[in-house]
Amino acid sequence: MSPERKLRVLLGKPGLDGHDRGIKIIARGFRDAGFEVIYTGLHQNPEQIVNAAIQEDADLVGLSCLSGAHLYLFGEVVKQLRERGAGDVTVIVGGIIPAEDVPALKAAGIKEVFFPGTPIQTMVDWVKNNVKPL
Amino acid sequence: MENNLTEKIIRGDVRAAAKLMRGIEDNLPEATDELQKLYPYTGKAFIIGITGSPGVGKSTLVDALITSFRQRQMTVGVVAIDPSSPFTGGALLGDRVRMGKHNTDAGVFIRSLASRGWAGGLARAAISVMYVMDAMGKDVIIVEAVGSGQGEVDIRRLADTTIVVLAPGMGDEIQMMKAGILEAADVYVINKADKDGAGILKTQLEIMLGTKTDYQNEWKPLIVPAQALHGKGIDELTAALLQHKDYLYAGAEIMRRRRERAKLELAAAVEHSLRNHVKMILESEELNTLADNLAQRKTNPYLAAEQAVHKAMGKFREC
Repeated sequence: MSPERKLRVLLGKPGLDGHDRGIKIIARGFRDAGFEVIYTGLHQNPEQIVNAAIQEDADLVGLSCLSGAHLYLFGEVVKQLRERGAGDVTVIVGGIIPAEDVPALKAAGIKEVFFPGTPIQTMVDWVKNNVKPL
Repeated sequence: MENNLTEKIIRGDVRAAAKLMRGIEDNLPEATDELQKLYPYTGKAFIIGITGSPGVGKSTLVDALITSFRQRQMTVGVVAIDPSSPFTGGALLGDRVRMGKHNTDAGVFIRSLASRGWAGGLARAAISVMYVMDAMGKDVIIVEAVGSGQGEVDIRRLADTTIVVLAPGMGDEIQMMKAGILEAADVYVINKADKDGAGILKTQLEIMLGTKTDYQNEWKPLIVPAQALHGKGIDELTAALLQHKDYLYAGAEIMRRRRERAKLELAAAVEHSLRNHVKMILESEELNTLADNLAQRKTNPYLAAEQAVHKAMGKFREC
């Protein structure tokens, strides 16, 4: 029997931020790219997102934050994934993020930061080139 | 996938269980080996199936049921199935959105599955994923099928107890008289019971059940009105489910149902194995030859198909 690997992507909205238009568009774009996308909904704390990512065996976690709390929230997700033995899960982020915060995010273990206006295809290509089923 | 996950899974290791579930979904050969080792530890959980049309509130109901079972100190596994796109193979699995508050409860394990082309409202991996949760020691496993219409009733064969969720405004009583989903339930939930038409729906359902002539056993399906979003009717639903469970275990019914599940498992395994062989044939060079002959009218589709199947069976015997 032949293996049929599919990329599993978990998308989350950490923190108290109700703006989910962006992440829903990305969810559709990723679905149309052939990925299996698990959307966890609004108002999740990092622990909820990390637990969901582990239960779902996600290869990639995508986080969106438009509230300004991205430095803490994104970093916390990466930290908790590592603590739980899931440090091999790739984390990418997007939202309203000042360019000067990017070095700190990358230092915290975020693999890529996508800014508003990024074409979906650019993100899909990045994922296909950088993430393989674990 | 690492080997010897079985030990860890029996001890309740979530990551090990998730890795095995993934291996099952992705059809990795090691996963089958691990499942064989795990199988003796399964068969203890109470398995509840939930089905119903898209939008009737299945996921919200599952969320409320998790809370209810947790209040009774029971641990819960959830297998939530959503459809894969037949065009891209991708899927948007959104059932967790309604269950987010249980993400930090160690007594709850939720796993989303894409149907990956499997018919009947389930996914090929559903039964095996359910067994992994069973081996982890989950007391109750809730399987939420793809929002379904009229014929997709495999869930009934998989579950000990099947819930069909209805909501007002989804069609008239003629819909109810059609074969399929409405014959599948042990417990009916009329969700959104505060909406117009809920009372009539309940009456129509009662009439339908009252005039049904072929009860194979003494269990008469229960009807529970609910408002899952507000937690209303959930205690009554949980009680109805446990009442059905007692009924199953009081007699031979539980064994009869588990035999049905075993048949479904076997059928799924056989179909999967055959499908792989058919795929092999359809992607082989021989198919091109057959297609050429067919295009030139040197053969006909019926004879060509028979030859292809014959070849496939030959290869099947070699494995």
